[in-house]
Amino acid sequence: MSTVLIIGATSAIAHETSRKFASEGADLLLVARNGAKLQANADDLTARGAYGIRTFILDANDFARHSELLDAVRSAFPDGLNYALVAYGTLPDQAEVAADAAAAADAFTTNATSVIALLTHLAGLFEEQKHGAIAVISSVAGDRGRPSNYVYGAAKGAVSLFTQGLRARMAKHNVSVTTIKPGFVDTPMTAEVPKNPLFADPSDVGVRIHKAMKKGQDIVYVPAFWRGVMGVIRAIPERIFKRLDL
Amino acid sequence: MGKPTAASQRAFQSWGRYPKSTPERIIAVRDRMNLPKLGKDDSTVLAYGQGRSYGDVCLNNGATLLGTSALDRFIDFNKDTGLLRAEAGTTLSDVLSQTIPQGWFLPVSPGTKFVSLGGAIANDIHGKNHHVAGTFGRHVSRFELVRSSGEKLVCSPKENSELFNATIAGLGLTGLITWIELQMKPIESDQIDVITTRFRSLDEFLALSAEANKESPYVVAWIDGLRSEGRGLLMQGDHAPAGPDASLPSFEADQKARISTPFDAPGWLLNPVSIRAFNAAYFRKQTTNIKRDRVHYNPYFYPLDAIRDWNRGYGKRGLLQYQCVVPFDDSNVTVQELLSRIAESGAGSFLAVIKMFGDIPSPGMMSFPRPGITLALDFANKGEKTIQLFHSLDAIVRQAGGAVYPAKDACMSAESFRAYFPRWEEFSIYIDPAFSSSFWRRVTS
Ligand SMILES: Cc1cc2nc3c(=O)[nH]c(=O)nc-3n(C[C@H](O)[C@H](O)[C@H](O)COP(=O)(O)OP(=O)(O)OC[C@H]3O[C@@H](n4cnc5c(N)ncnc54)[C@H](O)[C@@H]3O)c2cc1C
Ligand SMILES: NC(=O)c1ccc[n+]([C@@H]2O[C@H](COP(=O)([O-])OP(=O)(O)OC[C@H]3O[C@@H](n4cnc5c(N)ncnc54)[C@H](OP(=O)(O)O)[C@@H]3O)[C@@H](O)[C@H]2O)c1
Repeated sequence: MSTVLIIGATSAIAHETSRKFASEGADLLLVARNGAKLQANADDLTARGAYGIRTFILDANDFARHSELLDAVRSAFPDGLNYALVAYGTLPDQAEVAADAAAAADAFTTNATSVIALLTHLAGLFEEQKHGAIAVISSVAGDRGRPSNYVYGAAKGAVSLFTQGLRARMAKHNVSVTTIKPGFVDTPMTAEVPKNPLFADPSDVGVRIHKAMKKGQDIVYVPAFWRGVMGVIRAIPERIFKRLDL
Repeated sequence: MGKPTAASQRAFQSWGRYPKSTPERIIAVRDRMNLPKLGKDDSTVLAYGQGRSYGDVCLNNGATLLGTSALDRFIDFNKDTGLLRAEAGTTLSDVLSQTIPQGWFLPVSPGTKFVSLGGAIANDIHGKNHHVAGTFGRHVSRFELVRSSGEKLVCSPKENSELFNATIAGLGLTGLITWIELQMKPIESDQIDVITTRFRSLDEFLALSAEANKESPYVVAWIDGLRSEGRGLLMQGDHAPAGPDASLPSFEADQKARISTPFDAPGWLLNPVSIRAFNAAYFRKQTTNIKRDRVHYNPYFYPLDAIRDWNRGYGKRGLLQYQCVVPFDDSNVTVQELLSRIAESGAGSFLAVIKMFGDIPSPGMMSFPRPGITLALDFANKGEKTIQLFHSLDAIVRQAGGAVYPAKDACMSAESFRAYFPRWEEFSIYIDPAFSSSFWRRVTS
């Protein structure tokens, strides 16, 4: 039986990933800021075959309580933690963060700084136990800064770079670090974005993340075609790119 | 989801892909404890399940649809009693994947498992076991109904019983169902024992079927819709007992369809010649009069689910289904008349199904099943020609005192609807003022 930590367990993508673990009879610790939503997801995972479910309520921006979460993880799983997924995030309104410095800093805190802080705590735990898999949901938006969402993109880019370094550090300790880069996914985060055929289903994304964590993959684009798309986007020379309205 | 794009509007059609519908707004409902406001001053709303209804009961042209596919959490499943509580957007397929390994099956199952629990209530669906189990609504012990006023009502035969009876077969018009509680039925294996018997006339079908209904919980027949004499195959089945040859309850992990029809097939693929060849081959495939098999529940209950999006095989214009029930008195004469009318029209039907409903009443005041013979046929949509055929079938069904199934319908007139569902006026008091559907506007105009 595997032990699993999901931070941001009320995210649609994270919940689909949790369902895959639950169906294998895993023991899960779910972390989110909204208790009622978290309980509804916990009940679902219990009915779907989870061996055990524990919940921990945390606003990720409450840095002072991060170590409390780590204590909860250690006491929930005295024999070790097999999988950890960091999934939460917010998609800020670009017009707002382009004009309001405090809002830009907040968006960066939620999507990058708090993630980096939590990963730093987790890295210590995994380094000690010398096994396990960490995965973090970044985004294709972190692959290149674009006028339409560069604050979110910068935060995700920071997470991608951070996890790249962490991956190399943890490789020596038999711990995998997977950077997940989804394209558009049909979830509450994109509720206001007009849908197009490129939108992926959160359940397909969840299945892919679960597989990537099991295999300990490095960088995973979901769906896979985004790797090619982002390759092309990154290859466009800056002097041309800056004129494109992307 | 804010303003829908053309692509997302295309996704919110019905199974028959007729009539075409353009919802003005699509709102995804994801959190049962924190619902969006239902209904705006100027636009009506309607829940959309999995769009497995053939016609327009799940459409709200020019207005708002509430997408329920993300409302798919289990709330509780008691492995000892088989009592399930789940959100209304959960599909029957998802339910089975969790309950079969524990030895529990759906009390009533339609011909596809890709329908939602909410849709199953709203059309009060029936299955091959109607003669012993009645409709789906009979097995629902409670559900929560949310009205546009913001009220959240738990409905059961005891609490808010009038809304309970109006919502079962209520065509989605009484409000949004957020969760339901359903009593599952125990099984010992995932296999079904089937006996298939060939019949060569309608009278033979009636006699065989009456006998089979006494012996087996599942009875249904396939009938050659191209020929008026009523030849076909009757299939009766029951859950196989646990034992050396029946595997332990399990669930085929691979739920993805093996074959799919990603593009619209050209309409000529389903011409009268190809259908004739298919039907004749199907009838002759069985070389003896009686055949016994043991099969997995998937091909037995959901044969068409193996081909994803098979409705696209009917081409861009889509398909129309005609499903009626006619009372037992003179049912052989009426069914004969219907079959002759169809054969005469030359509009071939590939999948024609015939079954004897039983007399177990449903709590739903607008429920379709009633004692008699039900006949269901798929037709390629040939426009006016097919619609005219349906109107002529309606004339026969009305004459006989029968009814047509709203879940499958895109054509019945307001006059026919009122004849088929005499309690419609009593029902309409329970309709939520902010809810409406393309179907409802059609049959009450
Ligand atoms: C291949 C095939 C075989 C079938 N076989 C059978 C059969 O054997 N027996 C049978 O009875 N039917 C059968 N059907 C029809 C199907 O079972 C019904 O149309 C069913 O209601 C579809 O469910 P859905 O989730 O797709 O709902 P939709 O088609 O999306 O909606 C159906 C109705 O339910 C309402 N609704 C959906 N969710 C909610 C909710 N949460 N709250 C309130 N209202 C809601 C909608 O407003 C609409 O009025 C078959 C259909 C297909 C495609
Ligand atoms: N959807 C996409 O198109 C897309 C594309 C690429 C990457 N991603 C990334 O995928 C991840 C999952 O998002 P999703 O698409 O599944 O959207 P989602 O369902 O809206 O999930 C976002 C989650 O983040 C949580 N959250 C936000 N701020 C938080 C905080 N301060 N503390 C704790 N939790 C917080 C939210 O909690 P509440 O439920 O309490 O609000 C919510 O559960 C995110 O990292 C997102 O950036 C999404």
